[in-house]
Amino acid sequence: MITVIDYGRGNLFSTGQALRHLDVPYEITADADAAERAERIVLPGVGAFGDCMEGLRSRGLIEPLKRAAARGVPMLGICVGAQVMLDAGEEFGRHDGLGLIAGAVRRLPEGNGGPDAVRIPNVGWRALRTRGAFFDGTPDGAMVYFVHSYAPFVADGADVAATIAVNGADVPVAFRRGNVVGFQFHPEKSGPVGLNLIERFVRFTP
Amino acid sequence: MKPPVRIIARLDIKGPNVVKGVHLEGLRVVGKPGELARRYYEQGVDEIVYMDIVASLYGRNNILAVVEEAARDVFVPLTVGGGIRSLDDIVAALRSGADKVAINTAAIARPAFLKEAAEALGSQCIVLSVEAKRRAPGKWEALTDNGRETTGIDVLDWVVEAERLGAGEILVTSVDQEGTKSGFDSALIGAVHERVRIPVIACGGAGTPEHVRSLVATGTIDAVACASIFHYGTAPVPALKSYLADQGVAVRT
Repeated sequence: MITVIDYGRGNLFSTGQALRHLDVPYEITADADAAERAERIVLPGVGAFGDCMEGLRSRGLIEPLKRAAARGVPMLGICVGAQVMLDAGEEFGRHDGLGLIAGAVRRLPEGNGGPDAVRIPNVGWRALRTRGAFFDGTPDGAMVYFVHSYAPFVADGADVAATIAVNGADVPVAFRRGNVVGFQFHPEKSGPVGLNLIERFVRFTP
Repeated sequence: MKPPVRIIARLDIKGPNVVKGVHLEGLRVVGKPGELARRYYEQGVDEIVYMDIVASLYGRNNILAVVEEAARDVFVPLTVGGGIRSLDDIVAALRSGADKVAINTAAIARPAFLKEAAEALGSQCIVLSVEAKRRAPGKWEALTDNGRETTGIDVLDWVVEAERLGAGEILVTSVDQEGTKSGFDSALIGAVHERVRIPVIACGGAGTPEHVRSLVATGTIDAVACASIFHYGTAPVPALKSYLADQGVAVRT
């Protein structure tokens, strides 16, 4: 059973439909007790970092999620749900995150205005440069869908599972440390490549 | 390397059907919304836009059921437009499985709506939809209500204001070119692109893959929305993408 955390800031319908499509049983809940009992957690998220943290705080979900991570429950953060797994975010001022993995969420580098510059927000399909076992089976260069202005810059390069090129920089967009996994892109909106990654998370043992 | 250009299917919805017209008029039924969305998704389209083209006329919104059906099987971004007038409308669309909403008439009536929407739900889900009518060389007027009403508002001023208010993308439909299959209004698209920093989606006039290629070659777009060439099978999604790839345009495969 996958527990999808509903804290008022996520694209829950699509995440749920992707799990349904994969024939994976799931529940969508805002209940802190459900988070405490969860076997496997998906944390979606849309909007601004501080606002998402406020959504978790007001529902009493911060401590249950931290405890779940600490006891080894596999957790997948999606988009801002991945960002809040880090120590802090810098969107609209500095905000504390869940601190499940060391690092900070920072703004994407701006382009120089030239013809190849990527506009921010970075919207559209981008080719992943994958590394590490979690992306075995996802071909290097496979494209997934992004819509973001910030990215999760995890502190330990060994935790980076995939990057994309943005205005000359190699930006981390997926991370994994033990049971904690985060995707800056939207796997539930990334066609067969994304569905395959969700399925990988559903089956993975840390 | 330049990111791939997004190839978007635009489905204009009237009641239970997908329709297509010329200059946003003279509508003809081309299929069912759910079937077409699934077909285009399976063929590899990058995104789907649903426009309820009678919503702002009758003030009703039947499109959420359509979106919800599509969102069950279609795992690419969905945008819904037509009749989005309030924060409640946006929330309802997102809950039905839409990722973004396209707003035209309500934003022109009250520009602050864009700011309120972006602040409440994030710029990433707010697309400004502009229906542009050519009035003079280098000058376009923004229309509303699916091209039925004039506003006197200059398109190039309006897109700058909309970006400032928090729009995350701009969908520019050329009313002059729409449904003509005679090519995009590249002067319009280029002028909009030059004035804003957010992504621009070009719509209106794609009749051949070459129309898309030549617009992309100007370097002024992030995405194109096509209808006729998909609906009438002139260039299905795989044919369009392989043509573009052969011509050196980056596409998602």
